[in-house]
Amino acid sequence: MAAAGPSLEQVAAIGDGPMKETPAKAKSRAPEAVVVDADLCKACGICITLCPTDVFDRDDFGRPVVARLADCTLCAFCERHCPDFAIDIVRVGDNA
Amino acid sequence: MTALVDEELLERAPHDNSLPRVTPHRTAEITSHLRTPKTLWCPGCSNGIVTRALIDAVLALDLNDDRTCVIAGIGCAGRITAYLNWSTVHTAHGRALAVATGAKAADPGLNVIVVMGDGDCVAIGGNHLIHAARRNIDVTAVVFNNSIYGMTGGQMSPTTFEGDVSTTSVYGNVEQAFDICELARAAGATYVARGTSYNYQRLAQLIAGGIAHKGFSFVEAMVACPTYYGRQNGIPTPADMLKMQKARAVPVEKFDSEGPRLRDRYPVGVLHHAERQEYTAAYADVVRRSQEPPRD
Amino acid sequence: MPQPRRLIAGNEAVAEGAIAAGARFFAGYPITPSTEIAEVLSRRLPQVDGHFVQMEDEIASIAAVIGASLAGAKALTATSGPGFSLMQESIGYAAMAQVPCVIIDVMRGGPSTGLPTEPSQGDVMQARWGTHGEHSIIALVPSSVAECFSLTVEAFNLAEAYRTPVIVLSDATIGHLREAVALPLPEELRIAERGEPDVPPEDYDEVMSTVDNIMPRPALGSRYSVHVTGLVYDSSRGGTPATGTPAVAEGLGRYLREKIYHHRDAICRVEETEMEDAEVAIFAYGSVARSARAAMKWARRQGVKVGLVRPITLWPFPTEAVDHMAEQVRAIIVPEMNLKQIAWEVQAAVWGRARVVDYGRIDGKLIAPEEIQDLIRREFHYHRFEETP
Repeated sequence: MAAAGPSLEQVAAIGDGPMKETPAKAKSRAPEAVVVDADLCKACGICITLCPTDVFDRDDFGRPVVARLADCTLCAFCERHCPDFAIDIVRVGDNA
Repeated sequence: MTALVDEELLERAPHDNSLPRVTPHRTAEITSHLRTPKTLWCPGCSNGIVTRALIDAVLALDLNDDRTCVIAGIGCAGRITAYLNWSTVHTAHGRALAVATGAKAADPGLNVIVVMGDGDCVAIGGNHLIHAARRNIDVTAVVFNNSIYGMTGGQMSPTTFEGDVSTTSVYGNVEQAFDICELARAAGATYVARGTSYNYQRLAQLIAGGIAHKGFSFVEAMVACPTYYGRQNGIPTPADMLKMQKARAVPVEKFDSEGPRLRDRYPVGVLHHAERQEYTAAYADVVRRSQEPPRD
Repeated sequence: MPQPRRLIAGNEAVAEGAIAAGARFFAGYPITPSTEIAEVLSRRLPQVDGHFVQMEDEIASIAAVIGASLAGAKALTATSGPGFSLMQESIGYAAMAQVPCVIIDVMRGGPSTGLPTEPSQGDVMQARWGTHGEHSIIALVPSSVAECFSLTVEAFNLAEAYRTPVIVLSDATIGHLREAVALPLPEELRIAERGEPDVPPEDYDEVMSTVDNIMPRPALGSRYSVHVTGLVYDSSRGGTPATGTPAVAEGLGRYLREKIYHHRDAICRVEETEMEDAEVAIFAYGSVARSARAAMKWARRQGVKVGLVRPITLWPFPTEAVDHMAEQVRAIIVPEMNLKQIAWEVQAAVWGRARVVDYGRIDGKLIAPEEIQDLIRREFHYHRFEETP
């Protein structure tokens, strides 16, 4: 039958929890904004759970709310892994 | 098209030197290649992620939009044809590679990308996969492998693993899963790669490498189906499914295995890359020879 | 300057007709009695910068034909009964998605493996309804080697004009029959080309074809962004799926039907011989029409008023021609190498105004003139036949 792999608990531990310290250099990369399009968002929770610095909180509908923008390192994991193209990261100095 | 990530960081990031460099684009640029960003895919389905990676790959190679076409089969992955703004063909179930063979043969200058789900590609479409690979025709097949039949409600697929639960294997699947990369390689594909939705950057590069390769390119994208595969097999959330991809994917240079890839451990990266004569180029030679005056 | 006549087989004439019509793509799979079409085209297509590919099965063949047609090439495949059955799903796809293509079915004894080397007319109803769902189709039936050439050309013209798959129903007899034929020169042929829509790319999504203005679809890789699907689609939104709106589904289905049926006058061709004073008609098609013609001539030599009505277009069914026939004659003899498949259609169109005498043979042998003569004898049982041969 099924081969033993990582347990769900082990999987759950991956990428969980914020970095203990945000490096100064990373702080300088914090974007101007992380914009979430609530109309496109399907509340899948990928961005909230997998953000390495725990930038997001969850609203009543399960959608992400930017709670700690200063901790964002602009890794862009949320933007790229949003299956619904709902996240747009606005960089400092963007005139887009 | 502003880069998202600090260039300096990107320089230091590990990447495979032999693959094209892919600079991920802003969401607005990505969605400018979609008819609509509002897809019918479930919350947490990775199809949107792989769609984005495909667009990033095409943009990275600076391909002519007019000459790019995506031919897809039936299933959740096939719905990409309604979303992408390039020429798209939504074929009968399993026949995308055969349609692509005709299109590419009739117009070898087309950039043909074929998108299929795992069922479309290796169940009903298996024979066409084998022969497209055998012919080494210059199309890029991207398989959205979620190990389930999503569109029809969660039945097992030839890539569902032993023991997995689906709506047609409620007692646990008793069939072995295909290693579809091995299948493509054995049939003659000259570029075979596997990537995960979790490692977006690498997946986009692998797809770009496939498109750039002249010959039959086969890219298996590991996709999460939370609604059917996840729920029936006890995986709580879409994020958990992506984490499992991270846990299970092993870079090919570190992977050693005597058997087919397992659910819990599989190689990712470029698994096979060879050069041999591509089909439309070989046929161009046939045309030339057929028009030579007959010898005495 | 008339062309010299050459001895040519039906299947070869089909291949040459395709080339003359501008076909530049063939995908197929060997199957008796159609294989010569593939073999000839494998040799001829590269000579005219075309492409021949032997695919892994018939399902792949029709799919590749659709792909090539979408990429802008005139494309065809050739098969027989078992392969024709395999192709049905994609024939329906081509009908739904409006993809011009030509399918040659060289009919043989069936069902299943049947009689691979013997003729039949067993696929005529399958040509109409073989694929699932409400759809329309065009089918032509050659009864000579010359028609193998000319009807293949016609098939491509109809496919382009009406953006539809067109089936050419040959059979093992006609396919392997050799006749001395003077093939027309290219300049003597009317060839329909595909062309581009008469609206610019930015407006293309908004314009719908009408029954009287069937817009060609631009090729993949042109300036137009083309969306093709087998799902119910909304033509005015660039062909993207629209399965949630009943009115769109009804409208599309009716459009697909009317696109062809509205033009039946142009599409339905029938050849009538000696019908001006006929009291009895023979309604026969394909190779059986050859025997029917001989029987009709024999009858005329006896002084018996028999005429021949030969459908060249089988689908859409030539109802008007049958209508005229029913008004005029007292009986219609329908000999076929199947069991009453077209006789039922004749009966429906005749609507009781004349007797329909069906005659079927399914043993893989061509219906001989003598068999039809016997049927004529029975119709004219008060006539003293002098048995002039």
